[in-house]
Amino acid sequence: MTLTTMPTHTARVVKSEWTKVRSVRSTVWTLAAALVVTVGMGAAICAVTSSSYDDMSTTQRATFDPTYLSFSGMGLGQLAMIAFGVLVVSAEYSTGMIRNSLAAVPQRGTFLLCKMLVTGPLVLVVGMITSFATFFLGQALLGDQGAGITDPGVLRAVVGGGLYMALIALFAVGVTFILRSPLLAFAILMPWFFLISSILGTVDATKKIAQYLPDQAGTVVMSVVPDTLDRPYGPWEGLLILVGWTAAALLAGFLVLKKRDA
Amino acid sequence: MIEAYGLTKRYGAKTAVYNLSFQVRPGTVTGFLGPNGSGKSTTMRMILGLDTPTSGQVTIGGHRFRGLPNAPRQVGALLDAKAVHGGRTARNHLLSLAQLSGIPARRVDEVLGVVGLQDVAKKRSGGFSLGMGQRLGIAAALLGDPQVLLFDEPVNGLDPEGILWVRNLMKRLASEGRTVFVSSHLMSEMAQTAEHLIVIGRGQLMADMSVSEFIARNSVGFARVRTPDTEPEQREKLATAVHEAGGQAQPEEDGALRVTGLALPQISDLAHHAGLRLWELSPHQASLEEAYMRLTQGSVDYRSTVDARAGLQQQPAPVPAQMPPGAPAQMPAPGQMPAPPAPGQAAPGAPGGWAPPQDAQHQGFGPAPQGPPPPTPPASQPASPHARHEGEDAR
Repeated sequence: MTLTTMPTHTARVVKSEWTKVRSVRSTVWTLAAALVVTVGMGAAICAVTSSSYDDMSTTQRATFDPTYLSFSGMGLGQLAMIAFGVLVVSAEYSTGMIRNSLAAVPQRGTFLLCKMLVTGPLVLVVGMITSFATFFLGQALLGDQGAGITDPGVLRAVVGGGLYMALIALFAVGVTFILRSPLLAFAILMPWFFLISSILGTVDATKKIAQYLPDQAGTVVMSVVPDTLDRPYGPWEGLLILVGWTAAALLAGFLVLKKRDA
Repeated sequence: MIEAYGLTKRYGAKTAVYNLSFQVRPGTVTGFLGPNGSGKSTTMRMILGLDTPTSGQVTIGGHRFRGLPNAPRQVGALLDAKAVHGGRTARNHLLSLAQLSGIPARRVDEVLGVVGLQDVAKKRSGGFSLGMGQRLGIAAALLGDPQVLLFDEPVNGLDPEGILWVRNLMKRLASEGRTVFVSSHLMSEMAQTAEHLIVIGRGQLMADMSVSEFIARNSVGFARVRTPDTEPEQREKLATAVHEAGGQAQPEEDGALRVTGLALPQISDLAHHAGLRLWELSPHQASLEEAYMRLTQGSVDYRSTVDARAGLQQQPAPVPAQMPPGAPAQMPAPGQMPAPPAPGQAAPGAPGGWAPPQDAQHQGFGPAPQGPPPPTPPASQPASPHARHEGEDAR
């Protein structure tokens, strides 16, 4: 009987999870899509705005937030991040691999933790690259109207953008651990983040509550000019709300994993 | 050593496994038999800690599975050959499992060789046949060189060469002192592989004994007796004589009688006293498959009915008094099933036509099933086509 101490055991599971992530094509496709879509969309919108800047009214110019503008592609790019988070978990269930995995790692907390330890840093790295790339490309296209990385609040916004991408993916991981089915997870998360959340955020009746939804709160971290978004909380508080959502989703996912039969 | 004690699993109102207690000992191959849906896989999943028992518990080497330190090095399992990500190569699939328990990558290539998949190691497993999938699953079970091995239906989809290979592999693993627990719904397969049998039906224990004991207890001998075909009344006379002497006689498909409860010399004497001639008097041993079917007969969940194809038949329109010539409504539809054959008549193509001996219910089933017994068919079930269909289904 080989008795192993917990840390080495965790290290093994992390290694195994890394093998799982890197050995399927969906990983590359979803993460590459997140980067390309976010940067591409952001660049396109920045280019269009740059050419029409002279036609803008003074109020528009006063609240013009070049940093936030360059993150315009994130609304779409985050969907690819969500897809990654959903697939990392749901592939275990839809293929039945979960039974192999849990037969090998009976400690379900360890299993979930190790999945996080692999997907977390991966989405953080991709998120950061995406965020910085879309910022610099966007500002270059905005030319004179663009912001510099040293301007007040800008670095926070760009780092926050990377954190936002990572947290959204982990939120999807948690939700998928609850729902377990890829179909269900996609059917709920995709329309929610693509449409419903932003609709609720625009309609006056629901605005008050909708601003505390994960993506509505999280995006605030990317704004530099305070008046762009009218919110009762600051950028970091906004991100913290998203962290709260993510933690809640993961905790609920853990409880489902622990209680339910695989 | 796997020990189950009072294992019960309910899914809502359905009880999948009820009060199951057994031990699986090291050094032998233990067969786990039961019809489809009898709770075999559920039991396997509970052993592996994937499903939580509603009550009772199961331990491996004295530990609950979830409490086992480094489980993959102690327990290897093949549950579902298709439980792999089809986009991942065979080698990467095994590598991810190996890394879980600190098994070096070298070992992955070893087991790929053991199961004969070395040539397709770099191929995505989505394109594998069921047989290749089974081999991949077996490779995964062997990875950690564990002392306890569980295989759920390992020969499904394998070719004859593969079946022989699995059979020898199981025996070899057991001879090395390991605990080998193999489920199957094929009695014939288990008879050749296992030394010990655990039979369940509807989630309850029906037999827990060695294969030889199972054969001795369950495969009752019978005699085939044939009177001259030209004089059917002789058969009736003999059947009456057998009943009077305390035996049972059932008609066989070809007009012979299947006599149980009497020794061959007794039957000969009876015939002699009644002045009957015999064309055949031969001893037979019911096969293990028959014994198994008899045992689980009452506990088959999914049984087929005769396909009368009534739903496809055109309802004959109200027939006018004067039928037009060639009215289609009266013609039998092409491929329409004829009326079910009369009892005793041969059902074409029905393999292994056998009838449960009337004393089936009095046969020793080993340890009496605990809890409420499963519903059993009436003790005197005639040899009807239905009996044969049920039998077919249980295979």
